[in-house]
Amino acid sequence: MAEAYQRQSVYAFSYRRSADQDAAEPVTHPVIVVGAGPIGLAAAIDLGQRGVPVVLLDDADRIGEGSRGLCYSKRSLEILDRLGAAKDVVEKGVTWQLGKVFFRDDQVYQFDLLPEGGHKMPAFVNLQQYYLEKYMVDRAAGLDEIEIRWSNRVTGVEQDGEAVTVTIETPDGPYKVRAQYLIAADGARSTVRELLGLDFVGKIFQDKFLIADVRMEADFPAERRFWFEPPFSGGQSALLHKQADDVWRLDFQIGWDADSEEETKPENVERRVRQMLKGRNYELVWVSVYTFQCKRLEKFRHGRILFAGDAAHQVSPFGARGANTGFEDSDNLGWKLERVLSGSSPDSLLDTYDLERVQAADYNIGHSTRSTDFITPKSRTSKYFRDGVLQLSRKAPFAQAMVNSGRLSDPATIDSPLNTPDTDAFAGSARLGRPVPDAPLVDAEGNERWLTNCFGNDFTLLYVEDGVPAPEVEGMDVLVVGRDVLDKDGYLARRFDATPGACYLIRPDHHLAARWRQFDQAKVAAAFDRATGRAA
Amino acid sequence: MSQDLITETQFPDPDLAYNTIIGAHRDLDDEASGRLNAKLVLILANHIGDMHVLEQALALAKEE
Repeated sequence: MAEAYQRQSVYAFSYRRSADQDAAEPVTHPVIVVGAGPIGLAAAIDLGQRGVPVVLLDDADRIGEGSRGLCYSKRSLEILDRLGAAKDVVEKGVTWQLGKVFFRDDQVYQFDLLPEGGHKMPAFVNLQQYYLEKYMVDRAAGLDEIEIRWSNRVTGVEQDGEAVTVTIETPDGPYKVRAQYLIAADGARSTVRELLGLDFVGKIFQDKFLIADVRMEADFPAERRFWFEPPFSGGQSALLHKQADDVWRLDFQIGWDADSEEETKPENVERRVRQMLKGRNYELVWVSVYTFQCKRLEKFRHGRILFAGDAAHQVSPFGARGANTGFEDSDNLGWKLERVLSGSSPDSLLDTYDLERVQAADYNIGHSTRSTDFITPKSRTSKYFRDGVLQLSRKAPFAQAMVNSGRLSDPATIDSPLNTPDTDAFAGSARLGRPVPDAPLVDAEGNERWLTNCFGNDFTLLYVEDGVPAPEVEGMDVLVVGRDVLDKDGYLARRFDATPGACYLIRPDHHLAARWRQFDQAKVAAAFDRATGRAA
Repeated sequence: MSQDLITETQFPDPDLAYNTIIGAHRDLDDEASGRLNAKLVLILANHIGDMHVLEQALALAKEE
């Protein structure tokens, strides 16, 4: 990559010698997280907020260059909000909701992600990854439980019945440290995965893209634009997204066989960008070539080692399912690890991390594979169908619905043994095995509150008042609608199909685990045991 | 009285419908795919069983 493209604004941190490096025997910590990217940071902050001490290792001493990850979903923003890191992300980031799809010279279709009202978080926010990581590092720095060790490169991992032993290389030489559990969030080229000799399973799709970040004051709004066979990109697809600081992300499909070195030469990049931007003034700030594959580890849990994010699964970038799924992994893992470490739940609760997140990964890989098949047809017939859909989409709504330029990230609905199947019928958008929808509420003092901000670190029983004293349940918070909070606009009633006396068991990761039309102490207790992995 | 061609989406999951068709062609060469498509069109046309709809569908498919 040419020197002119080097981004100036990286954040540097310093290596500091840890007392562990002088210990005679390796020191044992409850949790080590490998990788201070967004997912590792999320996992560390989640555990730190729960009072679990965490050592977070990263082989670098800086936040990487380039915008990389870009597009954060409503669910990720809700997770970041729970972790105390969403405010800066939403303020600095670019909120967008309109997507336009072009085929050759014509717009064939557009979609509006404008969410129904009554959600705290927007549908999507675009933000350069280095800003997100900086805000998360700042948040982690505010938690005494978290120790980030920069320039600590993992070179060995072994586990026995008691702990994981990690060998770490530092500027001062190597040392060893132990942890009861290790979270491998060290990205697509995970060192931990390599050290364990683990392979991916599943169907593998390959493609190659050129990314260019350009700064320009555009004469068009913040929206996602996707082109099939645009006149400016030699018949391949292209994508445009807006980021913070008037930086726009341009993605050009260049094909698996393209010569990366040739493609990133300034004159070749400039030629593509000029054609796409048609005479607009711009400044090139970052260029990179990336490839992707859709695949996952067979198991995300290997004894005391748990894989999360790109280290566990990878998808194409269309649909923004990479980092967003990673946040959901971390969200799923934090509370389970806390319960297992404190002895409140058996170690087998961690098996459900594997079961639930493998299901989610397959859901995302399925979406990603279908999008990739559409964007990069694999045979002549497949291309005929693809082009047929695009041509018909101008006239026939059914074909518009088949145009697939990436289906944007949404949480999977998980069929889990932790769920208690419904025995009462419920309408509304809340679903078992899925994060509950948000709702605008008013608290007892008349302050506006969002439902997603009413949940704490533990399970919550959401109970709809029906004139009798609200129940108390051991081990969980009880939030009474009609007493603690008021559903002034009826959003909660509609989304939860809430009637007087109805109650909902909500996990610490906001997943709906059980619900009933009427409170029953024994049923709630049984569902709680089940949701915490303690059912016989 | 004959119906008009429906162009609104009828599948609850259009991606799945599309993917099912593409999947049927996987591992077929061009000639085998062409033959599969011909039979598929005949089967679906018969299922529709309506000349008016068939003519409208052909006209839409032939538009540039």
